[in-house]
Amino acid sequence: MQSSFNKAGVKEDVDISVDLGGLKLKNPVVVASGTFGYGLEYEDFLDISAIGAVIVKGTTLEPRSGNPSPRIAETPAGMLNAIGLENPGVDVFLKEYLPRLRDKGVTVIVNIAGNTVEEYARMAAKIEGNEGVAAIELNISCPNVKKGGLQFGTHPDTVKEVVEAVKKETSLPVLPKLSPNVTDVVEIAKAAQAGGADALSMINTLLGMAIDIKKKKPVLANIFGGLSGPAIKPVALRMIYQVYKEVDLPILGGGGIMSSEDAVEFILAGASAVSIGTGNFVNPRLALEVVEGIRNYLQEENIRSVRELTGMAVIK
Amino acid sequence: MPTLEKGLVILHNRLARDFYEIELVAPLIASSCKPGQFVHVKVGGTMDPLLRRPLSIYDVDKKLGSITLLYKVVGRGTELLTRVGVKENIDIMGPLGRGFSLADNQHVLLVGGGVGIAPLVYLARAAKEKGCQVTVLYGAEKRGELVAFERLRKLEVDLMVATRDGSAGHKGLVADLLHPKFLPPKIDFIYTCGPEPMMALVKKYAEENGIPGEVSLEEHMACGVGACLGCARKLKPDDEYYVKVCKDGPVFRMDEMVL
Ligand SMILES: Cc1cc2nc3c(=O)[nH]c(=O)nc-3n(C[C@H](O)[C@H](O)[C@H](O)COP(=O)(O)OP(=O)(O)OC[C@H]3O[C@@H](n4cnc5c(N)ncnc54)[C@H](O)[C@@H]3O)c2cc1C
Ligand SMILES: Cc1cc2nc3c(=O)[nH]c(=O)nc-3n(C[C@H](O)[C@H](O)[C@H](O)COP(=O)(O)O)c2cc1C
Ligand code: FES
Repeated sequence: MQSSFNKAGVKEDVDISVDLGGLKLKNPVVVASGTFGYGLEYEDFLDISAIGAVIVKGTTLEPRSGNPSPRIAETPAGMLNAIGLENPGVDVFLKEYLPRLRDKGVTVIVNIAGNTVEEYARMAAKIEGNEGVAAIELNISCPNVKKGGLQFGTHPDTVKEVVEAVKKETSLPVLPKLSPNVTDVVEIAKAAQAGGADALSMINTLLGMAIDIKKKKPVLANIFGGLSGPAIKPVALRMIYQVYKEVDLPILGGGGIMSSEDAVEFILAGASAVSIGTGNFVNPRLALEVVEGIRNYLQEENIRSVRELTGMAVIK
Repeated sequence: MPTLEKGLVILHNRLARDFYEIELVAPLIASSCKPGQFVHVKVGGTMDPLLRRPLSIYDVDKKLGSITLLYKVVGRGTELLTRVGVKENIDIMGPLGRGFSLADNQHVLLVGGGVGIAPLVYLARAAKEKGCQVTVLYGAEKRGELVAFERLRKLEVDLMVATRDGSAGHKGLVADLLHPKFLPPKIDFIYTCGPEPMMALVKKYAEENGIPGEVSLEEHMACGVGACLGCARKLKPDDEYYVKVCKDGPVFRMDEMVL
């Protein structure tokens, strides 16, 4: 296929901006919650304001100290984590971190997790009106906390209820983050849509475990943890494909992305933008390398806008 | 300032059965690192093992712009590292973490066990440069595993060794050497790195003698920069919050922790 060269022989610029239900991103690559801290941790390695958006660590109403150690374990082509939503709470986030991120020109998406529907709504209300937040991601799929988290994300009725409650309190785009730990992800996506979701984020980690055969005990102190990394990529792609086909909402897709080729696969499966999680640990510059890789791919394939690519591989 | 660098391997030697040293030209890291800091190493380009491996900075040649790492093969990651050849590049992040504090003209005692000697060698070099009087107690399983011996000898530190099997130095634990008859009369500061039971004995000695000190801890790591919250540890059992070994440490003050 021909590259899109203009008359001067310079590669023509392609459009990589996207809009996910009102969440406007300069490029379609964001870093996933819990894998990039507040962004500041990675400032020495890349220009964090050049990333499509930084989704900050899962934020709760009250501070949380998280789970005991060991919290992580490496597994084949992936890792398990059971951090347990350690974070300083939404008030500290808004006061201490948000202004710094805003000053640096970072596009911020706040990921929130509640123990109850009311907690989600109260957090959304606190966030409302704070300058510098581009969207709210609803963590209704965290496998690592006893109350809340996953239990919200696995029942269509509660998914709808949480999304509705949050939408009432905020003018920001709301992206529920779907759990892969369900039988029928399309049913959950439809419930999120019925609740008023502006876009969907998928997928969170898959519940898993590892056992230490010398100690004859689970490796993680929490016993179970969330599996992420390249090992989950085929599952993530399949779920995004299914939801794209059945539900008319933009998708922020991720799960095991390690390269721009992986990212293009997600977009072809139906994602409007992609999220990078575990890949940041392996290559802290991955997000921006993926942006460049997508741009090059579009040029090589003679595609003017990344938006044209979304869902191209989906067989209707 | 931490950075991502392609380290060019200029030396890679097997020192004992499972011990290797590898020297890399990495001028940005070499010029900014401090003793006790570590680098996060991508071993091979594979997806499995996926994550980087943290390794302490063992020695630095600021003129050459190189760093040296000392590692023990314990699993697949370190096994893969042994296969990297001279003239190849390895992808390293660093320098990371909070290193040792070090004042001028002090009498310092360094106690290292096994591969835990790694950060103490660079510390010994820096301490000598700061005019400190340096005593090192170094323990290993056997003579052949005293892999840092030559480097320490060249640094002209006061060096005492212990081996489990008695093939060199004192037969027994390195902590057995924590006795007035072996030590200089005045010690201002104690540093230790190695197996936790050993470090606990060193800490106990320091406390009993009213000497301040620092300990270098390990925890499994993913990001290495304080972002994933994976390397959490409670310094004291009833602390409410967890420190992050990669960012708040790996070096911690003895008086802020229980071992
Ligand atoms: C700050 C820091 C500095 C370190 N400095 C050195 C050094 O200078 N030289 C050196 O040889 N080693 C050092 N280590 C330990 C080193 O990181 C591990 O030995 C290495 O990651 C093991 O990788 P592997 O794939 O070979 O083993 P794996 O297959 O991952 O594991 C093999 C065994 O090693 C243990 N292990 C794995 N990772 C760690 C870890 N991060 N800490 C403790 N135990 C671990 C596992 O529990 C298992 O029992 C350091 C660790 C930290 C946290
Ligand atoms: C260490 C770690 C911590 C995470 N913390 C959160 C979190 O706080 N909130 C959340 O919604 N997802 C969290 N996740 C899930 C990621 O955001 C992402 O959805 C998942 O890891 C899949 O993507 P990946 O394979 O690219 O990592 C975490 C993942 C990891 C590895
Ligand atoms: S390894 Fe990620 S926070 Fe320490």
